[in-house]
Amino acid sequence: MSGIQRIGKTFRRTIWQAVPTVIGIIVINFFLLQLAPGDAADVLAGESGSATMETVAALRSRFGLDQPVLLQLVAYLDNLAHLSLGYSPRYNLPVADIIGQRLPGTVALMTTALVIALAGGIALGIVMATFAGRWPDRVISIVVTLFYSIPGFWIGLMLILLFSVKLGWLPSGGAATIGADISGFDLLIDRARYMVLPAVSLSLFYIAIYSRLARAAMLEAQAQDYVRTAAAKGLSPLTITVRHVLRNALLPVTTVAGMHFGGLLGGAVVVETVYSWPGLGRLAFEAVMSRDFSVLLGILLLSSLLVIIANVTVDLVQAWLDPRIETR
Amino acid sequence: MTDATLDSTRPTEHSADDRPRPVPDRPEWSNIHAPDTHVIAIDAGRQRSWLPDRLRRNPSFVAGTVLLLVIIAAAVFAPVLYPGDPLSMVARPLLWPGQDLAYPLGTDSLGRDVAAGLMHGARISLLIGFVATTIGVTVGTVVGAVAGYRGGRIDDFLVRVIELFQTIPSFILLVVLVAIAQPSIATVTWAIGLVTWPTIARLVRAEFRVLREKEFVMAARSLGFSDTRIVVREILPNALPAIIVTTSVMVATAILMEAALSFLGLGDPNVVSWGSMIGSGRELIRTAWYLTALPGLVIVLTVLSLNLIGDGLTDVLNPRLSRER
Repeated sequence: MSGIQRIGKTFRRTIWQAVPTVIGIIVINFFLLQLAPGDAADVLAGESGSATMETVAALRSRFGLDQPVLLQLVAYLDNLAHLSLGYSPRYNLPVADIIGQRLPGTVALMTTALVIALAGGIALGIVMATFAGRWPDRVISIVVTLFYSIPGFWIGLMLILLFSVKLGWLPSGGAATIGADISGFDLLIDRARYMVLPAVSLSLFYIAIYSRLARAAMLEAQAQDYVRTAAAKGLSPLTITVRHVLRNALLPVTTVAGMHFGGLLGGAVVVETVYSWPGLGRLAFEAVMSRDFSVLLGILLLSSLLVIIANVTVDLVQAWLDPRIETR
Repeated sequence: MTDATLDSTRPTEHSADDRPRPVPDRPEWSNIHAPDTHVIAIDAGRQRSWLPDRLRRNPSFVAGTVLLLVIIAAAVFAPVLYPGDPLSMVARPLLWPGQDLAYPLGTDSLGRDVAAGLMHGARISLLIGFVATTIGVTVGTVVGAVAGYRGGRIDDFLVRVIELFQTIPSFILLVVLVAIAQPSIATVTWAIGLVTWPTIARLVRAEFRVLREKEFVMAARSLGFSDTRIVVREILPNALPAIIVTTSVMVATAILMEAALSFLGLGDPNVVSWGSMIGSGRELIRTAWYLTALPGLVIVLTVLSLNLIGDGLTDVLNPRLSRER
């Protein structure tokens, strides 16, 4: 079977499997929205400050909130089919628009954090596997266990304390210098300066996971026959590590990298709050503070869908990387 | 943050199948050529020493246990050493640690004793961590056991449900649940239990699927034991090592989740918690950074102790994994 065919078949299978999950997520979202105290009419009435019972009832019937639950579910699905997540009285904007504004910030932060975590984790894993059982391995193991135990929001604050307050090297929050008229390379540097602390805070935990995983996978790959063959035909240890061991050890790491997408999103909520990063996470925080449940549940729905997309992507990448993964 | 903690330490696929079986010192058959005979022999040697002995010789486990016991002691003696409400004003605000020996860790911006807050916070963190994990482990074990033991349609359905909950980013779901239910110790605990059960359910299901095919289960079935008895008395004890290892990491995760929630202002407003101490201290990070640093350090130590215990248990209960280390 050719590569393209294989990927196509994997794609069809994973999409088909994702359908019930998507439906389940939508239904859970709808019922959580029902459970939330106060509906959109209450919120609007509260905002206006002078609503009578009659106005609230009129608002309810306008939004269809006086309909039976099942009809409301149908209306909700209908709205979703038109890519509408509802309306936020707080921002006076459709929820989908608000989320759309914030999404790129979060995706940029998560991607950077994931790249840092993978690069750092794999590098540490290689060192640990190369010196397995000796002191570099032990020292890095301890450091990694520590990374694994540090809450992201706290290390974020500590990094601000060190690099912004004490040393003054990096900005303590935001995503770009406000009002700076720069372009090209300077713009890139400016963005990077704002990105580095939040991305590092978010990635420490995953560096810990990937380094342990990479270490175990490297040790397993080292014991394989083809590595002995490579050594027997006189390849240098470096070539063996990079071309033969590492390539095969990377597969398990990419598998879990996809699984961690949801976790990264959750971590982003806290880290973005610490760094006032204009992303979905901080939007979720603001929504909680203002009890804006339509926005909050819109974020929950969208982030779940992002996780599904990430999982499908990982499946496809794996089908492409490893011909042994056939369609089950 | 959270799905990952648990998924990454997955010692499970190995445990049931690979547990070394004791073999006689001298093989009864001289012609054993099974490829893994030597492996079993090595492990059998390890297996002979008593479990507590092996735990006591494991540095990770010992260090983690000592650390955790210190924190538990702090939680237990908090009402004795600091009988008053830790949320009440006791001294001049913003005393630095060491400035006044009556308040060794200083006071916060409202003149509350930081040391008292940390010790009372230990009660909340440990309580929520352990109770939430108990809820998660109970729900997860029941769901996983039913799915793994029954198989068939029920299994298909339950696997879908588990997948569903693992797809939804658990921390965001947690925030939504707590925001809807209004934060209190009870709602936070239940919400953490509800977002963590899928991890243990998936693990228990995998264990049960392997174990239900074993000879001893077949033997129990042919003796006419009821399903309940087979599940509880025969299969569950064999799945326990994997469950225990994961449980210790789940407690760590639950404590981290609680800290993050109360940092965001979604903790119980009537009790002092490490996360909320960091949350209120962060405004003053430029002038009084100890208010942020100290509670965080305590969280790190607590979570570290549980992770060390988890590592030690993995080493001891999963000999095959530990040899790879």
